[in-house]
Amino acid sequence: MDERKQTILDYVVNEYLEEDDDRVIGPDTPLITGGIVDSFSMVSLKRFLEKKYGIQIPDADASPEAFDTVNRIDALVERFIKS
Amino acid sequence: MAFATGTRESYQQELAAIRQAGLFKEERYIRSPQGADIEVEFPAGAAGKKVINLCANNYLGLSSHPEVVEAARRGLDARGYGMSSVRFICGTQDIHRQLENKLTEFLGTEDTLLFPSCMDANAGVFEAVLTDQDVMIADRLVHASIVDGMRLCKAATDTYKHSDMKHLEQKLQEHQDKQRRLIITDGVFSMDGDLARLDEIVALAEKYDAMVFVDESHASGFIGKTGRGTHEHCGVMGKVDIVTTTLGKALGGASGGCVSGRRELVELCRQRARPYLFSNTVAPVIVSGAIKVLELISGTTERRDKLEWNTKYWREGLLKIGLDIKAGDSPIVPVMLYNAKLAQDVARDLYAEGIYVVGFFFPVVAKGQARIRTQLSAAHDRSHLDLGLAAFAKVGAKYGILGLGKNEIIEKYGT
Repeated sequence: MDERKQTILDYVVNEYLEEDDDRVIGPDTPLITGGIVDSFSMVSLKRFLEKKYGIQIPDADASPEAFDTVNRIDALVERFIKS
Repeated sequence: MAFATGTRESYQQELAAIRQAGLFKEERYIRSPQGADIEVEFPAGAAGKKVINLCANNYLGLSSHPEVVEAARRGLDARGYGMSSVRFICGTQDIHRQLENKLTEFLGTEDTLLFPSCMDANAGVFEAVLTDQDVMIADRLVHASIVDGMRLCKAATDTYKHSDMKHLEQKLQEHQDKQRRLIITDGVFSMDGDLARLDEIVALAEKYDAMVFVDESHASGFIGKTGRGTHEHCGVMGKVDIVTTTLGKALGGASGGCVSGRRELVELCRQRARPYLFSNTVAPVIVSGAIKVLELISGTTERRDKLEWNTKYWREGLLKIGLDIKAGDSPIVPVMLYNAKLAQDVARDLYAEGIYVVGFFFPVVAKGQARIRTQLSAAHDRSHLDLGLAAFAKVGAKYGILGLGKNEIIEKYGT
């Protein structure tokens, strides 16, 4: 896994899993539909990405679908870094 | 005809899917007043069965208390059955305001507004007091009605790990750019029975200029030395900005709820909260009963003291038997079984033994966290609890779970 995906994955694990939660999260694990990330706290993830990668993700693009896996989040970040 | 065959079939498929997933809920008909001993008809049409109720929110045993019933009856005679109006047209009687004042005094707040239910209070309050310039920061295990209320509000949302004060502090720091911050928590969490760390939450709110909201539905009437709630237990009476609570649990158990707290916030709810504006309020008969409930529990702590004794006895009893329970002090005592089918099987067998409890599993609780939630009442006598413990011991032995911890139960039955 490349560095950026690993960074996003580490953030998700630290931010959303309780200490005694032993679920294993991979790049294709469904985060929102899988009940790991609740839609209310997606704002944290969005703020983290914007700060870390110096980008602005418009609310319209920060959809639950676009945030559902680490791979999809990475693709979104990639898109806004390039634009 | 709008409800065409295809439309009907699509709904039938949805219902079939719910059944197939094992999530179909069925009501059990109770043929007696609510209490420690009830008569239940289950399945529908079966002969009535007398059982001990260990799953009601009847914490203080006031649901069928003769003085409450009598006060309600007198209220029915004196103020009639219905109001046929929302509050601000011609649906407010003197007794509605009297009950609001009594709740204000009991909860130690500045003002109170009644709602048809606490679900409605939670649905209306956030939208009434916050704007899109503000942020709501909620514990991740708050009640579903709070989640719905937050969805209806334009303020930004964020959450913190359950009762994790370090995480909450981090969130408060992150949201200093917002106009107002509101920390949102349950006082007693309904599925685990644990209490919010309200003293620490209030300290953080003071440090980071935030308001505090607490849903006290599973606390009002019995948590704290005189039963005022979690804010009394944690020594922060008067420091919580918004309290919502229900009349549908310890406080008589009928229906109705309220928003109580800072005068300006309550007044904004009166002006803007949609469930208050567009729905009839609590019926006079219930208002009359609730006033009596507050009189009964304001004068003595006898009932909450008995509940505390029952809770201690029950928790110690379950541990002695060797069952795995969630630690805590509240009268919500979850017996952990982790596996959904096991929870259902144990509940069914306990019912056969004359103990009425219900299995909880996903999506009501997280996957792998299936349990039987037992709830104590001041209406229980020691004999009820001893019969309950004997039944749990018998059924627990049948399934070979006595003395087993979490990992051993999961190893045996899976999640």
